[in-house]
Amino acid sequence: MNAKRKDMIATVIIDLIVAIVVGILFFLLAYILIKGLPHVSWSFLTGATDSFDGSGGIGVQLFNSFYLLVLTMLISIPISLGAGIYLAEYAKDNWRTSLIRSAIEVLSSLPSVVVGLFGFLLFVVKFKIGFSVISGAIALTFFNLPLLTRNIEESLSAVPRSQREAGFSLGLSKWKTEVGIILPVALPGIVTGVVLSAGRVFGEAAALIYTAGQSAPVTNFADWNPMDAASPLNPFRPAETLAVHIWKMNTEGLASNAAALSAAASAVLIIAVLLFNLGARVLGSYLYRRVTASK
Amino acid sequence: MLKQYSFDKTAVQTFDAQTSLALKTEDLQVFYGTNHAMHDANLAFPKNQITALIGASGSGKSTYLRSLNRMNDTIATVTGKIWYHGVDINEPNVNIYEIRRHIGMVFQRPNPFAKSIRENITYALRANGVKNKAELSERIEKSLRGAALWDEVKDSLDKSALSLSGGQQQRLCIARSIAMAPDVLLLDEPCSALDPISTVKVEETLLELQKQYTIIIVTHNMQQAARISSQCAFFHLGHVMEYTPTGTMFSNPQIPVTQDYISGSFG
Repeated sequence: MNAKRKDMIATVIIDLIVAIVVGILFFLLAYILIKGLPHVSWSFLTGATDSFDGSGGIGVQLFNSFYLLVLTMLISIPISLGAGIYLAEYAKDNWRTSLIRSAIEVLSSLPSVVVGLFGFLLFVVKFKIGFSVISGAIALTFFNLPLLTRNIEESLSAVPRSQREAGFSLGLSKWKTEVGIILPVALPGIVTGVVLSAGRVFGEAAALIYTAGQSAPVTNFADWNPMDAASPLNPFRPAETLAVHIWKMNTEGLASNAAALSAAASAVLIIAVLLFNLGARVLGSYLYRRVTASK
Repeated sequence: MLKQYSFDKTAVQTFDAQTSLALKTEDLQVFYGTNHAMHDANLAFPKNQITALIGASGSGKSTYLRSLNRMNDTIATVTGKIWYHGVDINEPNVNIYEIRRHIGMVFQRPNPFAKSIRENITYALRANGVKNKAELSERIEKSLRGAALWDEVKDSLDKSALSLSGGQQQRLCIARSIAMAPDVLLLDEPCSALDPISTVKVEETLLELQKQYTIIIVTHNMQQAARISSQCAFFHLGHVMEYTPTGTMFSNPQIPVTQDYISGSFG
């Protein structure tokens, strides 16, 4: 067999493998969307769920998912930004740093259901917070922190050393160089990572079942005082999210059309996650153009 | 097989008390871990002249240069004294940020910030408290003119610095350094990534700049050293072997190792 022929066969095999991967993805997407989309309507997206059989809309769950996402990000972005900057710029190459790194790796490989149970025992039971948005957000932070920290560290490390030297050679302090020069260059990568992790958080169910709870009490969307029990912004109310709702409908949904309802909810979830991914790309390249002043 | 040269036989010039010096090192040694990269460098740099540091790769010339404004602080141990305006700036308690504002540096590869041309120059100025708009734009123009870049970019100051050519980027880096109004400008092979035309432009810029600044330049290019420098130091395996006026070094090298290096029969 000559080299040209071998090369052709290898190319065909590689193309085939890629086609399989892409094919599976499109099959899944098409299946979920075709099964679910016909049942999606405005009243489904905004309506309340019947607390007995789970029939009705997913308005509250959809809101809960976004609210939980925002809270999770509010907690996890500052922490992981600090940790990422520390690891990329300040940490010396010694045993302590490698201990931190392995700790982060272990944390990122913890099964989310274990994180959920930990959150349940610590926040819900021990601290007596109960099933609540805040318990869920903290559990999701544990789940999110290692990935986000890694992403931020990698984005920062990808900025060439010569940029730091340029800053130092002008008499800029390490902090000034970091914040004014390195961070803007790394920002598109960081934002992309944040939005992608938002998609993961948005679709997470296992960590939330025992923390944010499985019930979505009807909330009063006219009441925006976070202290009120019925307010959607109250962080201490139980909050079933969309992903948990799908899981529940499939395991214990009593409604006659439970299958259709969960298919519709799945379609909505998938579309939201796809939008996050798309948003990550658009936002990332937009920011890159903005900070580098390139057209 | 590399020829063996004695490190004892050196020819390093000193200057009399009348010559005003910008910078002077005494027994400067650099260690990377256990690797002794620079041995007892005793060099003095006269004001408003260009001094070239030449030598083969690994001879320690860049290591030496980077020690002068403490850029080696985090990666190497530097011992000995660096005299600048009567102060030993190699002392641990010296404010290195202050030092680097007086002793600027331009690197081998152009490294403009991923910002607009304007911001490349103003960022460090602002960080150092220059906020006045009129003063900022004056400094932009002055430094870009100094680096012979003004005419090429004056209409596009808000364009990304990354859109400039390599030669323009390097001149922007020079402009960025001189905008800080330093005393001494250190250049680490500033033309090695540039084409011949850009190289000529940078060289012309440097010749112009020596009226105001003291310039120390590391170069691999001996013609370049001969073209622009007044003093020339030859480094070999971490030792300063010869330091003489450039004319002397290229026409009448004092010791065999320099002679061999310059004539190309090295090693």
